[in-house]
Amino acid sequence: MAKNTTQALETNKISFWDKMKRDRWLYFLVLPGLIWFIVFKYVPMWGTLIAFQNYSPFLGFWGSEWVGFDHFERLFQNPDFFRVLRNTLILAFYETIFVFPAPIILALMLNEIRMTGYKRTIQTLVYMPNFLSWVIIASLTFVFFTTNGGVVNMIIEYFTGSTVNFLGDPNWFRTMIIGQQIWKDAGFGTIIFLAALTSVSKEQYEAAIVDGAGRFRRMWHVTLPAIRHVIIILLILRMGNFLDQGFQQIYLMTNALNRQVAEVFDVYIYFTGITQGAFSHSTAVGLFKGVVGIVLILGTRYIAKRLNQETLF
Amino acid sequence: MKQHNTPMGRVFDVFNYIFLGIIGLAMVLPFMYVIAGSLATEAELAARPFFILPETITFAAYEYIFSTTTFLRSIGVSILVTVGGTITSLALTLTMGYALSKTRIIGHTVMIYLVIFTIIFQGGMVPTYLLIRDLGLLDSLWALILPIAMNPMWLIIVISFFRTLPVELEESAKLDGATDMGVFLKIALPLSKPIIATFTLFYAVQYWGDYFNALLYITDNAKYPVMLLLQNIMTMADVRFGEVDQLVEQPDQSLTLAVIVVATIPIMFVYPFLQKYFAKGMLLGSVKG
Repeated sequence: MAKNTTQALETNKISFWDKMKRDRWLYFLVLPGLIWFIVFKYVPMWGTLIAFQNYSPFLGFWGSEWVGFDHFERLFQNPDFFRVLRNTLILAFYETIFVFPAPIILALMLNEIRMTGYKRTIQTLVYMPNFLSWVIIASLTFVFFTTNGGVVNMIIEYFTGSTVNFLGDPNWFRTMIIGQQIWKDAGFGTIIFLAALTSVSKEQYEAAIVDGAGRFRRMWHVTLPAIRHVIIILLILRMGNFLDQGFQQIYLMTNALNRQVAEVFDVYIYFTGITQGAFSHSTAVGLFKGVVGIVLILGTRYIAKRLNQETLF
Repeated sequence: MKQHNTPMGRVFDVFNYIFLGIIGLAMVLPFMYVIAGSLATEAELAARPFFILPETITFAAYEYIFSTTTFLRSIGVSILVTVGGTITSLALTLTMGYALSKTRIIGHTVMIYLVIFTIIFQGGMVPTYLLIRDLGLLDSLWALILPIAMNPMWLIIVISFFRTLPVELEESAKLDGATDMGVFLKIALPLSKPIIATFTLFYAVQYWGDYFNALLYITDNAKYPVMLLLQNIMTMADVRFGEVDQLVEQPDQSLTLAVIVVATIPIMFVYPFLQKYFAKGMLLGSVKG
């Protein structure tokens, strides 16, 4: 039996059933995970079809009435929808220009540190916030920024005599969100760039030095190109989630005062879908979001390919 | 490497060291303050803006929260979900990851694409909620585990990790009569310590910190995990608005800080032990793969 197995590994000309029999343990191992993906990922995808129904919890998926694109038509006539779309796009844009480059800049700076001990200490410290949940981060933000005895406002008051309502003022909302994201994830994001940087050969730097390149020219012409493919892959992945502002983070920071600017797709879906029970309507919003995500990811991938870059798949 | 330093380069170095030092401090100082504040008296919290050493140390806040059943129960729920969830997740991820690392199984490519597609497109919040409801999992602790039991991105990393293991080991074990199951349990798993350590940490952190699923699927107060409790405390305190809800007594500042500390401690505790693994584990899978 054992001999047959190894022989089978070498020859491809064996029948379907022999293959099934030979690899039965592998199928056994793949099965639980596969079932999980089908139930918890693919059944909900199928479930998005309720966007084309007037879904009623009493009639269920099979009993509810099909209404075609009604919900989408109503969506595009709804001023709320455009407010939410606008909020989502603005935040997504800020995330791309401020949050996305943060770990790259941090990695480049860390890469210039020669004292190994210092570098390692900083790395240990900046990775840490990644492991904190959004509830902890929101709680820390409340503790530090509240006008009601928060550290930051106590200091501002000491110098200026007045306080700033960071948590309630809609003008501060996006700054706070972006700041939280950078604080939480920029450090951890450097791991992948620092790893890519270890693959740069020392000869390239030495050649650049011989050519008279200073620190910044070396960074620009040697270091940055070395991590370009990683940046592109991450940017493509980022595009797929362009409209996904983390619900956990934004919901925690949303309140009655800033809701006009805070409500992004996921928060809106939660309020209309889960708390108000408008299942079909909010699923239509979710589907719109998902389709835009796919278009963005394919678009970025197409552009990256045209520019002759490596892509993920 | 010789640095070949220009005066500009030296100015940059000084700036760089100081700037990164400040960033490092920005990551720890908030915690030091929260820990200090949780041990301080209310009077001191109101009087001093920032400190990392309280004048008088008191454990009153901790004594109080640990005397309440609400808090103890929520910690219990979180521990149960974290342990149960991490075991479930690792079992699912490692078995599926190992099987999919073998290109010889039928439907291998299709299955990988099925996994990758779920990174790009998801059913969304409402259909998932309806699924959990139809499965009868509302108000069950399984609702805090099953919907997030696997992370497709991490599965891909696990698959590429298993591909880096030498084929010769598998072949020689097979010659000795081992089945694929035997190879998986006796050869592949023992060689996967860095990746197991990494994803134990990642999954444990995910379950411990999750409040989203609890918010959606748990209405019974007795089954609140600690993060949902903390969120409720923060909302009650309504520090965000700077106005106090008349119906609810505003909790003392030091109590809130103590809850934050206790909710963070498990992470602080495992992080240093696993840190040496996760950077390596992440890289093994992502860069080489």
